[in-house]
Amino acid sequence: MSFFKVENLGIRFGGVVAVDKVGFEVRRGECYTIIGPNGAGKTTIFNLIGLLYPATSGKITFEQKEINSFSPHQVADLGIARTFQNIELFEHATVLQNLLIGRHRHRKTALWQELLFTPSVRAAELAQREAVEKVIDFLELAKVRDNLVAGLPYGLRKVVELGRALATEPKLLLLDEPSSGLNPEETDDMAFWIEDIKRHLGVTVLMVEHDMNLVSRVSDRVLALNLGSVIAEGTPAEVQAHPAVIEAYLGKAA
Amino acid sequence: MLLAGVAQGCVYALGALGFVLIYKATETVNFAQGDLMMLGGFFALTASVTLGWPYWATILFAVAAMAVVGMLAERLILRPVLGQPAFTVVMITIGLGYVVRGVVTMVPGWGTETYQIATPFVDDVWTLGGVILPVQQLMVIGMTAALCALLYFFFRFSTLGVAMQATSQNQLAAYYMGIPVRRVNMMIWGLSAGVAAFAGILLAPVTFVHSNMGFIGLKAFPAAVVGGFGSVPGAIVGGLIIGVVEALAGFYLPEGFKDVAAYIVVLVVLLVWPSGIFGETGRKKV
Amino acid sequence: MRFIFKTDYAQDIRLAKHGGHLFWYGLLGAILLAAPWWASEYVMSQLHFICIYSIVGFGLMILTGFTGQVSLGHAAFLAVGAYTEALMQAAGVPFAVSISCAAIFSAAAGIIIGLPALRLKGIYLAIATLAFGVVVEEIITRWTKLTGGNEGKHLKPVEILGWKLDSDAEFYYLCLALTVLCCLACVNLLRSPTGRAFVAIRDSEISASCLGVNLAKYKTMAFAISAALTGVGGALYAHKLAFISPEQFTLFQSIELLTIVILGGIGFLHGAVLGAAFIIVLPQLISIAKGWLPEGMAPSGLQAVVFGLILILFIIFEPLGLYGRWLKVRTYFELFPFYRKGMFRRQKSYMKSERLR
Repeated sequence: MSFFKVENLGIRFGGVVAVDKVGFEVRRGECYTIIGPNGAGKTTIFNLIGLLYPATSGKITFEQKEINSFSPHQVADLGIARTFQNIELFEHATVLQNLLIGRHRHRKTALWQELLFTPSVRAAELAQREAVEKVIDFLELAKVRDNLVAGLPYGLRKVVELGRALATEPKLLLLDEPSSGLNPEETDDMAFWIEDIKRHLGVTVLMVEHDMNLVSRVSDRVLALNLGSVIAEGTPAEVQAHPAVIEAYLGKAA
Repeated sequence: MLLAGVAQGCVYALGALGFVLIYKATETVNFAQGDLMMLGGFFALTASVTLGWPYWATILFAVAAMAVVGMLAERLILRPVLGQPAFTVVMITIGLGYVVRGVVTMVPGWGTETYQIATPFVDDVWTLGGVILPVQQLMVIGMTAALCALLYFFFRFSTLGVAMQATSQNQLAAYYMGIPVRRVNMMIWGLSAGVAAFAGILLAPVTFVHSNMGFIGLKAFPAAVVGGFGSVPGAIVGGLIIGVVEALAGFYLPEGFKDVAAYIVVLVVLLVWPSGIFGETGRKKV
Repeated sequence: MRFIFKTDYAQDIRLAKHGGHLFWYGLLGAILLAAPWWASEYVMSQLHFICIYSIVGFGLMILTGFTGQVSLGHAAFLAVGAYTEALMQAAGVPFAVSISCAAIFSAAAGIIIGLPALRLKGIYLAIATLAFGVVVEEIITRWTKLTGGNEGKHLKPVEILGWKLDSDAEFYYLCLALTVLCCLACVNLLRSPTGRAFVAIRDSEISASCLGVNLAKYKTMAFAISAALTGVGGALYAHKLAFISPEQFTLFQSIELLTIVILGGIGFLHGAVLGAAFIIVLPQLISIAKGWLPEGMAPSGLQAVVFGLILILFIIFEPLGLYGRWLKVRTYFELFPFYRKGMFRRQKSYMKSERLR
């Protein structure tokens, strides 16, 4: 029984084949990383999984459900959350509010109840806040919880975005280059958190990443892409030693 | 009748062109375009009636004067809000429109009256194989075509035109490449206001000159949208479509449809093509 | 400066955050309740309008200020509300039912325009709503059997359970009560998941949808709620004027409604009320100013000029509107003498393309 599986995935933009016949399987509870040089189609794969782009071909299954025909919010409702390479936070809201929006899929109240703010809405709101507060504790965001996102430094925003994804209580977490733009210490923290998310929260992580230190530290298995196709799959060490991967990054040995 | 539609369409197209020029370069939708058109009409009025200049001088004067007005408008009220959300900027142009309309009614000699500008070819007709062609309408079509050709060559071959195109693609990159983005924006506004004046003059014999003439700009809007904002050929095609549909609706459909025909067309087009017929469909990269 | 130490999650969702809130809102309430005793007939009439425009302002604020969808056709919803009320009253329907229907029909109109609007962004949405507004106006003018066309419709004073509200004070209390109710509903909405979803859509559609916000559903909902509030406003508007005709629901009405939220301060409910008050008071100020004009200048255009200038100046110098100005003044005194000029300054930036969204 597979947890998350992608088969024969492909998309073309005009004449350009951005992703071609990519297939892989993520096991429950592991950290699976996709690597590859720039333009290899890593983020595109994420956008295909999130159904932001319609795939030209292929099948995506999550817990035995084929999700190809879903819309983005339905994917989120299944328990797949993601972060973005260039951060897509709600800039004019506080950190707390950002995380609360992450709780959207756990809402239970109807519109008329909200208009009247009935006791059930109040109770639900309190419960949401409690859940969010756990994420805030986990990621050590307490001191900025009431700050506007627009005023936060880049590294912190990255953490807030991670927090927002966690607030959805996902089963599968997609991280798009979690370390890009971070300094070495922040990257180090990020690695800790990813390990913790995997180990203590039991969330499966699917990640796109460039930083090989981070990759070998946290991932169980790695998939290497080049020009939209799979070139290698295995443990971080295996993939790093794979001749096709070395060639993709460094060019052919003379 | 079809010809009347095409001629009317050309005026819409010119109005739409004014919108599109500004939108392409600055991503601002100028709701005051119609009022600039009206102001151009009044400048022409002053030149031709009060000063008694010939028609061609009138056109030059109005276009030049409006270009200055356009540049001033950019400098004074649009530059301070550079980089603000599009909606903010739209509201500011609505404000500009109000001011222009108000000022015109307050200027002595302009006011709220309706005026007429004498054109050298008001009632002439040509007969071509039994078809009667009013020269007036042919002139409108001809001048629109000429202006379009001129603009095309300007954007294609002149340095300034290319700089304007670059600015419209990516302001920051254009700035780094040494293009004075602000000055180019100002030029664009001047150019667009000039086009507006031209449209105003062409419109003058049809609707006369009065302070509410700018509402025609509200028809140029659908034209720009039908074609897809940001597409120059789209503006022309959109204007023609709206003009012809309106003429046909006025002829075949019951009264009242003519006025809303433009808006019904725009609703239908937007249902089918959410960003106009020639509009670019982009996707945000994440 | 007041520091609030939060010890309980409930503190975040409480309406009055501290005693000061309770006091000032209580005082405001008391002054407003006592209005019939201190206000002249003229001022009462202005207060009616302020209440009505505030309700409409709430509606637009939900849509434009919180969900980020522009509408240049709100006069259409106002018209639907007004005509529903006029026709139902003429048919002898009780007020409670007719005003609910005004809200419901307007909401339905909101859904009708909201559905196609789902695919439209930014300027295309603005034009679609503009076109919708123009078409509705034309329908009202032409459908003379139902609406009376340009001859308009007359309304009788409101009657609730046999009690005729024909004095200024009685109608004022009705308006005030509805304004407070609408305001509370908006506040409640905004502190619930739905309100947060609206804000999420405004700030980033892509991440909202990736967090499980159904864009289509929530955008339509925002249109419906906004239209419903505008419909309620429209019904009261019809009663206030006692006569409605198509020329009250033109594009200019839509623009005026939009300026309420812009001048008041976009993204704040307070702004809707402040903006409404401003829009109502402005013409009075202008008519005073007309006396100062030099001889020979026709005063007819003055209103448009002042209106336009105020709009321009506000957007350039106070993009957060009246409420934003109030926040700055308050912060200045709270922090005195440590207020810095740049505290609210926005980052200067080059244009960000909104074509790709």
